[in-house]
Amino acid sequence: MRILAKLTWVEIKLFIREPITVVFTLVLPLIFLFVMAGVFGNTPEIDPETGMEIFRGVGATDYYIPAYIGLVIASIGVVALPVHLTAYRERGVLRRFRASSMSVWTVFGSQVVVSFAIAMLGTILLVATAIPAYGAALPRSPGLVLAAFVLSVLSFSALGVLLGAILPTTRAAQGLGLILFFVMMLLSGAGPPREVMTEAMHWISDATPLRYVILMLQDPWLGFGWNTPASLTVVGIMLVAALLSARFFRWE
Amino acid sequence: MTAVIEVEHLRKTYGTTVAVADASFQVREGEIFGLLGPNGAGKTTTIECLQNLRQPDAGHLRVLGLDPQTEAVTLRRRIGCQLQESALPDRIRVWEALDLFASIVPDSPDWQILMEQWGLTDKRRASFSSLSGGQRQRLFVALALVNNPEVVFLDEMTTGLDPAGRRVAWELVRAIRERGTTVLLVTHFMDEAEQLCDRVAVVDNGKIIALDSPRGLIATHTSDIRVIFSTDVADLSWLEDIPQVHRVDRHGPRIEVEGSGPVLALVAATLVEHGITPTDLRTEQPTLEDVFLRLTGHGVHD
Ligand SMILES: Nc1ncnc2c1ncn2[C@@H]1O[C@H](COP(=O)(O)OP(=O)(O)OP(=O)(O)O)[C@@H](O)[C@H]1O
Ligand SMILES: [Mg+2]
Repeated sequence: MRILAKLTWVEIKLFIREPITVVFTLVLPLIFLFVMAGVFGNTPEIDPETGMEIFRGVGATDYYIPAYIGLVIASIGVVALPVHLTAYRERGVLRRFRASSMSVWTVFGSQVVVSFAIAMLGTILLVATAIPAYGAALPRSPGLVLAAFVLSVLSFSALGVLLGAILPTTRAAQGLGLILFFVMMLLSGAGPPREVMTEAMHWISDATPLRYVILMLQDPWLGFGWNTPASLTVVGIMLVAALLSARFFRWE
Repeated sequence: MTAVIEVEHLRKTYGTTVAVADASFQVREGEIFGLLGPNGAGKTTTIECLQNLRQPDAGHLRVLGLDPQTEAVTLRRRIGCQLQESALPDRIRVWEALDLFASIVPDSPDWQILMEQWGLTDKRRASFSSLSGGQRQRLFVALALVNNPEVVFLDEMTTGLDPAGRRVAWELVRAIRERGTTVLLVTHFMDEAEQLCDRVAVVDNGKIIALDSPRGLIATHTSDIRVIFSTDVADLSWLEDIPQVHRVDRHGPRIEVEGSGPVLALVAATLVEHGITPTDLRTEQPTLEDVFLRLTGHGVHD
């Protein structure tokens, strides 16, 4: 336990000292908020031609806040974590850890705890900006949102550890991670509203983990209750990713 | 004395490369044991099998009575490893690394002392990536000692250290041994092996070709004394008429005479007879380097 706490604390400090990751993970969602909330405001809208509600019948800013929280979690999981782990393997840091009898659970565990800390920080930054600046509402069901948040972080950090375990190099992790991130950002609910997307876009969207994370966070945030199918999908992704990472993890 | 490390018929190949062919040796408690050999001899492979960082193809290994393959976790807490190749996160600070690795074992010694001993106190707040090669090396040795190990593996510990740093490192390794820690030292520096090791295994091409104390190796494998002096006289063929002289080499004005028994006195007398009185006449004792050349037929850096 002592070593897990120590390693986690060191990892948090290392994260903060890496400006590019900090900007990418924490500042990018704020920029999206600035653009989207600026463009769409926060009044519920109805499409004048079709009479259809866009943004699920709520204001755009309220719609996007849980989506951007999902985006922070996803960027930790598909970019920051895999790049970090592959760099550790490539440079021989994992080798050094292993020779000092650091267990794989300590290494994984610290990554999960660090993911929580960063995701929490990102969430606080988003909410603390959106409420005063754009008149966003607080979550309707905070307890359910918290549960959804925990599941989301666990699921995406398991995914991140898996990518870090199977991708051979840091370059591969950066390349694949960024593609996954941008595809999910545009199509999984943090980009244009689902109502205006094409059929093909829906298919891709439904194949991404972030879609379910955003639904799971958004429903209780907006007062639509707990989304059981989405949460089961997220838990399923988490279990599969965790099992596969334990199976494929390599120290060098 | 009990054996702290036992290696019997160790074999390790990478594809068609035979890194370690068939190595057997024992390291006794409290000794500084050296593995000496040229690049690619299989030294790192041998000790990394003992640390379970590589899987041997065959052989029986024991460290502190434990099987590295099945009892690695227990074992790694009781040994210290300075690896030839490894790294730390770029932005970790020196003190953070020491503090982190010290916390792996429950009652580790004070890492501040190690930081002081290995000359890192000035750099305690420096990040790993800003350290020089020698400073990194010293940090890695300090990390190998931070869990108060019973056996410590040092793989080319003094690579990158300046001459003063090397001497300090040797003193510290002797001090570690004084406390009862067994040291397995990999090196390709002859002087390091000769100065520091109680016993040395000479490794070449994945095989141990000799194993003894440095003095013992020199006594067994070399017999000739080298007499050295300088002269401008061109024809010295009469030196070869002395029966105890085996060879005369000339490097510009510098003459090296190899021979046995009272060769120094005989060479000196003959030189005076021929009217040559060099001011720099001296003998050189054979070193491990000569043993190495004799045993392998090549130098350590060829
Ligand atoms: N991971 C590996 N894959 C393939 N070949 C390897 C690997 N590691 C070592 N070898 C080969 O095994 C042989 C022994 O290597 P090893 O690193 O044990 O030598 P060494 O004695 O430590 O040399 P050095 O003094 O250069 O460190 C070399 O021929 C090397 O090329
Ligand atoms: Mg080596």
